[in-house]
Amino acid sequence: MKNVKTIKSIKELEKAIESQIQARESEKKSILTVSAGTCGQARGSLKVIKSLENAIKIENLEDKVKVKVTGCHGFCEAEPNIMIHPQNIFYQKVQPSDAEDIAYQTILNNKIIDKLLYSDPISGKTVTKENDIKFYKKQKRILLGDNALIDPTDIMDYLSIGGYGALAAVLSHLTPKDVIDTIKKSGLRGRGGAGFPTGKKWEFTRETLGEPKYIICNADEGDPGAYMDRSLLEGNPHRVLEGMLIGAYAIGAREGYIYVRDEYPLAVKHISIAISQAEKLGLLGKNILGKGFDFQVHISKGAGAFVCGEETALIASIEGKVGVPRQRPPFPAVKGLWKKPTNINNVETWSNIPLIIENGAEWFSEIGTNGSKGTKIFSLVGKINNTGLVEVPMGITLKEIIFDIGGGIPEGKEFKAIQTGGPSGGCLPQEKLDLPVDYESLTEAGSIMGSGGMIVMDENTCMVDVAKYFLNFLRDESCGKCLSCREGTQRMWEIVTDITEGKGKKGDIELLEALAIATRDASLCGLGQTAANPILSTIRYFRDEYKTHIKDKKCPAGVCKELIQYLIIDDNCTGCLACLKVCPQEAISGELKKIHVLDQSKCIKCGACYEACNFEAIKIV
Amino acid sequence: MAIEIQKVKSFITRYNNEKKALISILQDIQAEYNYLPQEALKFVSESMGIPLIDIIDVATFYRAFSLEPRGKHLVTVCLGTACHVRGGPKILEEFERILSINAGKTTKDGEFTLETVACLGCCAIGPVVVVDGDYHAQTTIRKVNSILKKYRRKEKKNEECQDN
Repeated sequence: MKNVKTIKSIKELEKAIESQIQARESEKKSILTVSAGTCGQARGSLKVIKSLENAIKIENLEDKVKVKVTGCHGFCEAEPNIMIHPQNIFYQKVQPSDAEDIAYQTILNNKIIDKLLYSDPISGKTVTKENDIKFYKKQKRILLGDNALIDPTDIMDYLSIGGYGALAAVLSHLTPKDVIDTIKKSGLRGRGGAGFPTGKKWEFTRETLGEPKYIICNADEGDPGAYMDRSLLEGNPHRVLEGMLIGAYAIGAREGYIYVRDEYPLAVKHISIAISQAEKLGLLGKNILGKGFDFQVHISKGAGAFVCGEETALIASIEGKVGVPRQRPPFPAVKGLWKKPTNINNVETWSNIPLIIENGAEWFSEIGTNGSKGTKIFSLVGKINNTGLVEVPMGITLKEIIFDIGGGIPEGKEFKAIQTGGPSGGCLPQEKLDLPVDYESLTEAGSIMGSGGMIVMDENTCMVDVAKYFLNFLRDESCGKCLSCREGTQRMWEIVTDITEGKGKKGDIELLEALAIATRDASLCGLGQTAANPILSTIRYFRDEYKTHIKDKKCPAGVCKELIQYLIIDDNCTGCLACLKVCPQEAISGELKKIHVLDQSKCIKCGACYEACNFEAIKIV
Repeated sequence: MAIEIQKVKSFITRYNNEKKALISILQDIQAEYNYLPQEALKFVSESMGIPLIDIIDVATFYRAFSLEPRGKHLVTVCLGTACHVRGGPKILEEFERILSINAGKTTKDGEFTLETVACLGCCAIGPVVVVDGDYHAQTTIRKVNSILKKYRRKEKKNEECQDN
């Protein structure tokens, strides 16, 4: 961003985009793309980048190759990963010590390094090209795909993939009404969870009398197990800004806020850089592109409260207050930030906007099902081989996501359930795997789309424990305003805790159901209204597991501490001392090559022995 | 802990004394001192004309704020759903056992504060533990002690360097 001149007209912007696209196309050097989102960095990608740069210098390859640091490529399991273009090579789990080999063998001598290739967990075959990896094959990465193409800290790189072209199109020949009509026609629905039609929401805010109007980007991604919004903000922040600019123009807002989780420092950094670059270039500020359109964006950092994902609580938090939701109506479209008409959309929703403008409403509405259009990004995590962010067309089945894209369950274990929609969602069992993923189907099955978390659970996951986990989360995060939610989540948690500790009583399941329904029906905001889902869905599909806990005082999955015991299987024990050494309680006795003995009275069930044993000689009963 | 009023003042002026920036101001104070010292909150209250009770309301509502001083090292155990199903709670228990404190507390010697977070979005490498900003991937019960030792050692090394 040195010596960049302000862009003052649509023509100038179009010219800038054109020249950046040409520069990209005529690039002679190979590009070594390293993913460095939070996940990649946590796995050491920054060290890999440094080593690669060093190796390139040592081999004198500076005019042959350049290193590009990008956001997340989605395939978290393979981090840190690199892609080499135009050769189209995908290397995974790259270590700093691999840098020299990559420079010398692959860049200089065009040789592929086998040990860095991805190997399919089922067939065991190695794959060279990214698109041939099963994880990517069934995806439709209209949003996430660009993460791998651009340096998120360089606005010019965004221009080089046609970025801000949709803004140019909007400001040159579309009226605000045209824009709203296009978004309505596309069928885009809010990606934050509730799935309200975006175009309609915009129209409400536009038509409400009252000035000024505000728009907000909800980046308070509080659902545990969901991180697609973080990835979009980190990897392609300008697309979010472009979406907001188009929305502001359509709605008639001159100010916008991005409410972002403070737990996402890299996302905060990248969106801050993006805003200041867009300001310098004249794409934010006064009289944008000489069209008399003013728009500026502020960042508001959350302070760790899940309920602030709810729009009225979020607004209160931006105003500097405690994030407590209020009664709707009036909806934010009527009375929002500082009591002015306000439109809130989530990061993924905003990111879709430039694409819809660029490619047309028809293009977008051709993807997906009747009621749910476009793609949705899910974070596929938990007990799954290919952990990562997956972007799929709406309507794909859960089975395809888990087994084709996700590569199934690790260690040959049995699939048990998939949890969608975070703490507001539910757990779906095996027999629901043919369900097409769209807003309606998931709700009917007792879960929700939510913001897109998908946590896969295997035979070693206890569903009662999962319900307890979510209830604990919800009782902690309930703001306390509504009695039904404050007390309901607390009491349900107490009952489920009792069940997991062997103190469950007859009638507990029915009491839980009644409490869940009361909490759902009597609470003001989405948190309380959906707090019933984790409990109702686990009871609906896994009632027997609850019963076993209550009646037999057993945890079939071997999770609930009070109901299990660690035992040494004599036949398998080799007397290797491994468990004995790690036991913090000295509860295990024995000698080398003699079968060890576990003293139950000393055992605190920490699980260290189970983890240490290499011979499957410790079992949980 | 003695606070520098000038510094707190600069946090307030950074946001033009605007009441809507209260959360940001508290975040800056927290970043500076690792917690919200009482004198700092009193100063904010007086100079911005916000009743102290409202400031405490905000400070206790949001998880990011602490009214108690925190340890030299901040250990955060992720308890997101993915980390949970991969054994996160057992990792937390092990930290609690070794440090002899419950989550949310600080060790008596002021070395470690143990906290939990409901997802860092690094689900592929769970269970995740973050110490002073360093991510520890695929933590096991057995790794807990060695993680803590590393930071204890770092401390010692730094002290030795200073002595020399």
